[in-house]
Amino acid sequence: MSIGRFGIRQLLPKSIRLISGPGCPVCVTAQSDIDSFIAIGSFSDVILATFGDMVKVPGSNMSLREAGAHGIDVRVVYSPFDALKLAREMPMKRVVFMAIGFETTAPGIALAVRQAEEERLRNFFIYPALKLIPPAMEALLSFDDVRIDGFICPGHVSTVIGTKPYEPIARKYGKPCVIAGFEPLDILQAVLMLLMQLRSRRAEVENQYRRVVRPDGNEIAKRLIEEVFEPCGVEWRGLGFIEGSGLKLRKRYEHMDARAHFEVTTPPPKVHPMCKCGQILRGAAIPTDCPLFARACTPEHPIGPCMVSSEGACAAYYRYREVSAN
Amino acid sequence: MSIGAIDETNAGVHGLVTLAHGGGGKRMHELIKDVFLPAFANAMLQPLSDSAIGNLNGCKVALTTDAFVVSPIDFPGGDIGKLAVCGTVNDLSVAGAQPLWLCASFIIEEGLRIEVLERIVKSMREAASEAGVSIVAGDTKVVPNGACDKLFIITSGLGIVKANLSAQLIKPGDVVLVNGYIGDHGIAVMSKREGLGFEADVKSDCAPLWSLAEALIENCKGLRCMKDPTRGGVATALHELAEAAGVCIEIDESAIPIRPAVLVACELLGIDVLYVANEGKLLAVVSEEDAELALNVMRSHPLGKDANIIGRVLPEPKGRLVIRTAIGTRRLVEPFSGEQLPRIC
Repeated sequence: MSIGRFGIRQLLPKSIRLISGPGCPVCVTAQSDIDSFIAIGSFSDVILATFGDMVKVPGSNMSLREAGAHGIDVRVVYSPFDALKLAREMPMKRVVFMAIGFETTAPGIALAVRQAEEERLRNFFIYPALKLIPPAMEALLSFDDVRIDGFICPGHVSTVIGTKPYEPIARKYGKPCVIAGFEPLDILQAVLMLLMQLRSRRAEVENQYRRVVRPDGNEIAKRLIEEVFEPCGVEWRGLGFIEGSGLKLRKRYEHMDARAHFEVTTPPPKVHPMCKCGQILRGAAIPTDCPLFARACTPEHPIGPCMVSSEGACAAYYRYREVSAN
Repeated sequence: MSIGAIDETNAGVHGLVTLAHGGGGKRMHELIKDVFLPAFANAMLQPLSDSAIGNLNGCKVALTTDAFVVSPIDFPGGDIGKLAVCGTVNDLSVAGAQPLWLCASFIIEEGLRIEVLERIVKSMREAASEAGVSIVAGDTKVVPNGACDKLFIITSGLGIVKANLSAQLIKPGDVVLVNGYIGDHGIAVMSKREGLGFEADVKSDCAPLWSLAEALIENCKGLRCMKDPTRGGVATALHELAEAAGVCIEIDESAIPIRPAVLVACELLGIDVLYVANEGKLLAVVSEEDAELALNVMRSHPLGKDANIIGRVLPEPKGRLVIRTAIGTRRLVEPFSGEQLPRIC
């Protein structure tokens, strides 16, 4: 996102290609999860609470926004605690929060779950669709068509998990990893650090974002995740099923899992056959390679996940299509 | 499901109206172009400008209307009443028309306290007198609880055109000015929106702009056109100008006046300040020769002391808005699509 917003690609020589990876939680939420979430919303006493970016993501038949126009009660919240507040204020309603995001949003959601349990709120549920970054990076490297020389690792995620979880990736696959911040200089320095590693044939985890990221990350946040969730295999939009890359509620909190509570069944997801989001997410294609890009698929009419979120690779490409500097 | 079925679900004007159709961006334009324009088609409506301009017995008049559904009805720096007057006054002002008369209709939810209504009406009177307009006609409807939210106001305004302004007059070489800090209104309203959970010490810029517009009209012969960047923000307004004029507008990121508090709030909310609504801002395009003059006129007016030259007009790429970033790169800025947060005005 910052790379497009600041036009960083213009500053780099042509031999360096920056690829937007699966860095946005909205993009990688499986269509079937959106479908099920909407299906849960069709119960008359249910309020669906979600982060704003999620509302325009197309499911198989409709987005949450369209579901809202059909009379399903969809509320945009900026925090899981707003959803908790809704549940508290409306005891006759069942409030279901769409738990999306990476290691960044997981601690807050864990805290909300714990809080709901302490208050014995029986009308608060989460739809667990959280994802973990390091297993996804490993999965990326397992495809044959991946052409990645090094990783610019996400600064915010690393704030929580620290630098260590990337070490197996650097070692096992021989790919240098640099954790970077979001300012133009951060990104440029991270690119330089990757180049220096490549030149000296090193594959290490380096931390450009030292002013924020500690080697061990945030212990409190990690403990919270650990206490409430455990890893599980989940479906990623565009990448398929990845073992150990998601989070599910631990037994003690299982009754808050909306999927178990509502027992909705939805038909298997319908995916546009020409959509190249899968390849784009693993760096095997760029958005402009896709026949749908900027034609059938635009931010107003997104088809694939990467066009949906403002941080998605296609949306960023579309919005910040760079013009020649002069 | 066939590909066609997916396309149908995503097509703009089929099925149901969604909040995105009211966001001031591309979706709303689709609705206007596909539903309203074919039904009402006429020459005065066709340009889809802020005000319709027509001749009445040899006198050139401008006519406009606007509906206000802002939530909450009170926000730092104003309320729905002040907004309802300023919004319509400003639509006339940027068309180069001196606002004269306003009509106001009130849709009131049963249960609204009379004292609240009195306060809003008083605020309208004050704004009208500041703008030099009279509210000469009106209507009142009360609807059952839940049929609207507290209070909606619709204002229409008539003005006399004092200058021939049009996006068609814009030429490469012209410069773009703004009369002060952008994004204040949207952030002020959002900061009071229940559930957003952030505090920002920002006041709405809501203000009637006629006296500033008049000063520009009287002093700058090179004034091409003006636009108020309301819903959809500065990016959408400038994009519309670039499209209408068939030119490129390039803005300089570091020249745009933005309050640090607004920038921080935008970062928190994950939105771009260029798309945030303003209610007391005016974008002016003037000839290169008159750039400094226009800047001085703005800066010597109380509503323009923080004015700046923020961009220039280039021949290519036509119909595009380009931003020169603080680190010297350039990128395209798309008009707003979808909705940022509903009910900001």
